[in-house]
Amino acid sequence: MQPTPMVEPLSAARHVLSVRDLVVDFVQDTGAVRALDGVSLDLHAGRVLGVVGESGCGKSVTARAILRLIDRPGRIAAGRVLLDPGSPEQQDLAALDPESRAMRAVRGGRIGLIFQEPMTALSVHYTVGNQIIEAVRAHSDLSKAAARERVVTLLHEVGIPRPETRIDAYPFQLSGGLRQRVGIALALAADPEILIADEPTTALDVTTQAQILALLRRLQRTKGVALMLITHDMGVIAQMADDVAVMYLGRIVEFAPVARLFTAPRHPYTRALLRSVPNLRAVPRERLATIGGAVPHPGARPVGCPFHPRCPEVIAGLCESQAPPVVPPDQAGASCFHATAEASA
Amino acid sequence: MTVLEVDGLFKEFPIRSGLLQRETGRVRAVQDVSFSIGRGETLALVGESGCGKTTVARCILRALPPTAGAIRFSPEPGRTIDMAPLSRRALRPLRRHIQMIFQDPYASLNPRMMVGDIIAEPMLVNAVPAAQRQVRVRELLDLVGLPAAARTRFPHAFSGGQRQRIGIARALALDPTLVVADEPVSALDVSVQAQIINLLLDLQDRLRLSMLFVAHDLGVVRHVSDRVAVMYVGRIVETAPTAALYTRPRHPYTEALLAAVPKPDPALRDQASAPAGEIADPANPPRGCAFHPRCPYAESRCRTELPMLQEIAPAHWSACHRTAELSLRGVA
Repeated sequence: MQPTPMVEPLSAARHVLSVRDLVVDFVQDTGAVRALDGVSLDLHAGRVLGVVGESGCGKSVTARAILRLIDRPGRIAAGRVLLDPGSPEQQDLAALDPESRAMRAVRGGRIGLIFQEPMTALSVHYTVGNQIIEAVRAHSDLSKAAARERVVTLLHEVGIPRPETRIDAYPFQLSGGLRQRVGIALALAADPEILIADEPTTALDVTTQAQILALLRRLQRTKGVALMLITHDMGVIAQMADDVAVMYLGRIVEFAPVARLFTAPRHPYTRALLRSVPNLRAVPRERLATIGGAVPHPGARPVGCPFHPRCPEVIAGLCESQAPPVVPPDQAGASCFHATAEASA
Repeated sequence: MTVLEVDGLFKEFPIRSGLLQRETGRVRAVQDVSFSIGRGETLALVGESGCGKTTVARCILRALPPTAGAIRFSPEPGRTIDMAPLSRRALRPLRRHIQMIFQDPYASLNPRMMVGDIIAEPMLVNAVPAAQRQVRVRELLDLVGLPAAARTRFPHAFSGGQRQRIGIARALALDPTLVVADEPVSALDVSVQAQIINLLLDLQDRLRLSMLFVAHDLGVVRHVSDRVAVMYVGRIVETAPTAALYTRPRHPYTEALLAAVPKPDPALRDQASAPAGEIADPANPPRGCAFHPRCPYAESRCRTELPMLQEIAPAHWSACHRTAELSLRGVA
């Protein structure tokens, strides 16, 4: 089986961001802990890349590294984060000073960020209007009055009832769902081409989650932005993503278009993860398939394939000693010797 | 045989404000909640935040005094006690029969105690002799799938899933009649969550545990519970055997909850739907049926008249005026 391209060659989907061989280390007294171990991925205009994995897999670190929000003792040890790759304006964000003017223009400007807990991005001391107006003005030359008008429009767009009055509310006066809508409005303040949403609905109730996911999908489609959606929830991936990157212990272990990921997953970890999801159609007292053991600490990364100690399909003498080849971005495939064998057969 | 029977439970919290902290209103967190749990049965209490499910659990544990209602508990066959009016002192001998499994396996274990001592603590409090405690700790570690060597280690050496196993071992130490589990797997990663769900299923079978399982995740609930009670703004709106509730919900709120869950199947894309509006404020619930402002089937009666639970099919109860005429969608 040949690796299939995730994006049809004829589609006009433009690369807006390319991450290449990104390595992030957290330096501790006991040595460096590798949080990202060579991550490469592409974001395309108008498409949703779902990034899924369990805690510690590096999905949030990837987002923070792109935005240069990794705090000490973490650091980007290698790799590139290319904005507008291949164009004359190409910039390598990994080479910029995180506090530089250029980086601040990108963060919240060209790339909007939506957090799990909207209060991460919002201050308790200012009205939601003042905070979004500030963000609008930081990335444009609108007057205060014009910016206020734009914020009312934004609040309306994200489905906040009575935006003309809610603009003067403080975050604590809003429910969790409305706060996340404000968080989305804030991320959209500068009309970004790229949105990164890190577990945007994890803290919300299920009916609110459905509302916020529908809103994100609508905004992503109408504005044609590239959305990188980070989640641990395979349900959210199935409902939202066009393409999916599955992460395990700092690496992307599988790339696939969403339909294919669910019908023909190639990496043993992806298969196991899909089988362990509780099912709304389960028969009473139905057991779930499990993955033995637990995710190892990134400081105790196994040699060879990082998944081999838990893998039911481990190949003796190979997986414990050699790391399987990485999956090139934009191609469906798995970083697994089984998948490599299939592809060359 | 019934282990627990909750009858007409109410819990109200005063809202105080101003300099004198006068009572200016009341949050009706739990209103007229009734249910029972049989021996060996698991009842799931589901709903979204603020629906009152945790408050019900805390009333049963008597961590909160109920405002009204009865909580009849049978610690052993032939003996039933209403715990609702009991004093702290009178409750003490009953406490060993009701144990709790907590949500957060990081916050619920004392980091300065060795795992063996954590598991033995309920036995120590209840004056179980030392030799017997030792034996029982080994049994319990084996029961929850931890090595005997775990005894002399501290919680920080364990992963989230292993810590939840420690918490489960502690809850089972005194052979409780009833276990109350409040979101016991919601803080865990998917692969670990599956392990703990399977462990709970094994324990239910082996020990014939009676369990109140408080959760918001309808997928998890489908696997572990025999019956489900759905709460909305302080009241039970529907209760049924698990399979019946999922395949043929009889309350519009249950239908909305099931529809809102993102299904792990890209073929079902764009079918997920969410009810409009937000969960009602329990300090100021809508008149009539609390769900009526969000309900696509609401009619004039729903805005004024509180619907009572009625048995619409065997063991299937729904508090909806239109339950008999509606054909609601479940998950097939």
